Amino acid sequence: MVATALFGLAAAAVGAIAPPRARVRLSVALTLAACACGFAVAADVLAKGGAAAVHTNQLLPLLGLSLRLDRLGALFVAVSAGVGLCAIVFRLGYKGHGLSSRTGSCVLPLFVTTLLLVPAASAVGTFMFLWELMAVTSLVLVLADHRARDEVNRAGQWYAVMTQFGAAVLLLALVLLAQRAGSQSFAVIAAHGPHLAPWVRSTAFVLAVVGFASKAGAVPLHVWLPRAHPEAPGPVSALMSTAMVNLGIYGIIRVGDTLLGGGPAWWWLLVMGVGGLSALFGALHSSTSTDLKRLLAYSTTDNVGLILLGVGASGLFAATGHRPLALVALVASLLHLVFHAVFKGSLFLSASSLQQATGLRNLDQLGGLIKRLPLSAPVFIVAGLAICALPPLCGFVSEWLLLQSLLHGLPSGDTAIEVAMPLGVAVLALTGGLTAATFVKAIGIGLLGQARSDDAARASEVPATMWGGAGLLALLCVVFGVAPGLVLPAVVDAARSGLGYGTAHPIAQGWSVGLTGVRGMLAPGLLALGLVVAVLLVAGVRQLAQRGAVRRTEAWGCGREVQTARMQYTATSFAEPLTRVFDDVLDPTHDLDVSHSAESRYYVESAAFHTTTHDAFETRGYRPLATTLAWWGRQARRVPNGSVHRYLAFGLAALVVVLVLVG
Amino acid sequence: MSAPWPMSSVLAVTVLQVAAVVVGGPLLVGLMRKVRCRLEGRAGPPIRQPWLDLRKLMRKERTRPEGASWVFSAAPLVLVGSVAVAAAVAPLLGTAPAFGPSADLFVVVFLLLLGSVALALGALDTGTAFGGMGASRAMTIGALSEPALLVAVLALSIPARSSNLPAIVTRSLAHPAWLASPQRLLAVVALVIVIVAECGRLPVDNPSTHLELTMIHEAMVLEYAGPDLALLKLAEDMRLGFLVALLAVLFAPWGIATTPGPARLALGLVAIGAKVAALGVVLAAAEVLVAKLRLFRVPELMAGAFVLSVLAVISVALA
Repeated sequence: MVATALFGLAAAAVGAIAPPRARVRLSVALTLAACACGFAVAADVLAKGGAAAVHTNQLLPLLGLSLRLDRLGALFVAVSAGVGLCAIVFRLGYKGHGLSSRTGSCVLPLFVTTLLLVPAASAVGTFMFLWELMAVTSLVLVLADHRARDEVNRAGQWYAVMTQFGAAVLLLALVLLAQRAGSQSFAVIAAHGPHLAPWVRSTAFVLAVVGFASKAGAVPLHVWLPRAHPEAPGPVSALMSTAMVNLGIYGIIRVGDTLLGGGPAWWWLLVMGVGGLSALFGALHSSTSTDLKRLLAYSTTDNVGLILLGVGASGLFAATGHRPLALVALVASLLHLVFHAVFKGSLFLSASSLQQATGLRNLDQLGGLIKRLPLSAPVFIVAGLAICALPPLCGFVSEWLLLQSLLHGLPSGDTAIEVAMPLGVAVLALTGGLTAATFVKAIGIGLLGQARSDDAARASEVPATMWGGAGLLALLCVVFGVAPGLVLPAVVDAARSGLGYGTAHPIAQGWSVGLTGVRGMLAPGLLALGLVVAVLLVAGVRQLAQRGAVRRTEAWGCGREVQTARMQYTATSFAEPLTRVFDDVLDPTHDLDVSHSAESRYYVESAAFHTTTHDAFETRGYRPLATTLAWWGRQARRVPNGSVHRYLAFGLAALVVVLVLVG
Repeated sequence: MSAPWPMSSVLAVTVLQVAAVVVGGPLLVGLMRKVRCRLEGRAGPPIRQPWLDLRKLMRKERTRPEGASWVFSAAPLVLVGSVAVAAAVAPLLGTAPAFGPSADLFVVVFLLLLGSVALALGALDTGTAFGGMGASRAMTIGALSEPALLVAVLALSIPARSSNLPAIVTRSLAHPAWLASPQRLLAVVALVIVIVAECGRLPVDNPSTHLELTMIHEAMVLEYAGPDLALLKLAEDMRLGFLVALLAVLFAPWGIATTPGPARLALGLVAIGAKVAALGVVLAAAEVLVAKLRLFRVPELMAGAFVLSVLAVISVALA
């Protein structure tokens, strides 16, 4: 762990001082070493149990720096390190966004290092220090391109406000706990946590959920995510959407399960509610987004929601005395978290490849890339199918386990569970269906068909490090999908360490994989084999039937002579039925600009149609709030009007008030 | 499940099931067309007509529109493959298919989703307005039918406390009273509506129309010809046959082979054939009576199915 920190700091230092030519390579090599060390420590902790601990009073004044990595934290470190490795390899080929500048080369390693160290923090001071360092470094990276485009500045503002709000709330929660427990060490808080007064526990939990949810991008604190993730440089957006939002989930599990030792049912119904709402809202917005990276960012909110649904279900089971099920639900949500990092990391990296190859992010202008980018496009397709939970890829396994954990809660004597579980299944189902529509759109409109713009038609394949970095994660989608037994034991250990109890263990029986406590198993390897055999057999039949070569024909254009790329469906038109069905939530506005010919207004010269969907939380929640705050700010400015007499009067009044209060 | 089945019987059941769905799917469609024609006062083509059509298409030339990629050619293979694997997973003839312990109802749902996604991607790859239109509509209806489908699956899984299909079937056989309970009927109705939507039958989609304004499935397969089109049509028929057979097994499991043996398997085959044919006749008769819904009325139908399935789950959980 020390080595991780040292390599990370060295990489940052090299990035800051080294001459431009050596800067990128050296800092990348050192960051890779940091990730490798982090992964090695995490794998060791996960394999052997126990914990790696470091404590020093020298580095941070007053508080000291204490790190202790247990199995729960190790799982998150391993995920961050894995995605970090691929993202850093990817970064070698990535141009643009000024990542190779002095600032970029210095701050990116720092960001990666904090992602690796936050789950190891074992005291309030250390945790908040690393947490804030992570927030600030990611903010600097989001702003990397701020000179070129104005949206970057606005994204940065949203992100800064939301992350600082979250950190302030979090600080309140952790300080409250530390003060009541009498120590800032997590171990001491965990020992006292279950015995604190109920109002302290509940206040701290709710504050912590708010703080961590703002980092995880859960509704209604998600508004920064669809702005900041698209504007951040490619590798940074991949890290933010996987490793960083994961830490928000980590925080909720750490505070709710480890520090406070679980709590009443309403806490977890709250978490499930936030999760369900995030999942639906994220899925709906990603299904109608046309900006590829915005689509992916909303899909992150969606998946975070599903993970929180599992975390909430786990807490609810524990609160109602179903301990074995609590473990199953937590395993399911952690498994989904790991797999989400794998496929979303790959999707963000390949979306950045597409952006670099075409200069475009708008799906309405892409198309036909599967022929121009023969390597990057299949990578995107594999990861995109994995997120749709299609067998035999990894998303399928975790969604299946999530469904199983919800199913096993029924029937139960508890009304809360009996209402929450079917609704949870419905949320999972609707988001699953919407995700399938979303990624059929992203793949079908973005990569297939014909190029919708000249830039897309001229695209050329990106460097090997880029498709390689994304491809490695896509390969993992297949490997984990066919053999989930590779990660399941580690996830079960992490969940057990998070809950502090549970005896469940993974079962492997021939082809089938299962978990004690779940009635029913899954044979993903056999399914994959069956699919491959079936597809090959059908291909053989088609081959036998085929006479001569496949004839190239013109597509049917309703008898029109000319068939152009502009006649294809676009992402906007693809999502139109969904926009119409869910118009209450999406609040779409349509603009139709028609310009008539000069000779006669019966002839249309050109027509332009735009559909914009609005984030209801932004238009109905944040905008009025910002307006109100600005109004109060203007009113408050009238009070100090520059008059010395008035200031003297303020001073006197304040003094009197203080004297009255103290006296 | 009682004693484990010998490996040879397990394989025999699996192969027979897939073969039955492949052969039976088009025959079911032929039967449904025949019933429809008779009810409308026409003679109608013979029941084996879908097979004759497939044979004709298989002999024709393969074509591929300008600009389409390998995704276009791969889509029919994945579609047929996914339905075939789903038919191998579910217990249709006997309670021990090769996927035994992992023959899960959710697996079946996700396998069918794989086929739908493959078809939609193949349609978008043609780069025409029709492909996009069909894919967009199919994915929208698919997304909206998913909640009703999974919650209905949940309602069926609760009594067996597992979504494992052989477990559900075995439990239903042991508790026949459950088969006629009102909670179950709610789940049946929800599932029937979803299956109608998934298979693109009336009133959601009309499989025998080529009108731009209304077509969904036909718009997606417009560019396919020859053997590719034959595979798509076969997959469509197999999907209908498979889902009707699954419905029959879930709601009237009698006759399914619970012990190995050629006689039991033969009985299972006859039983499932008879049940599927009966259900097909009922579905076809019902189709004569309904008109196609406007596309934007379909969400209301799906919402109705969803409400039914939620009611089913809650009443099952409370019972």
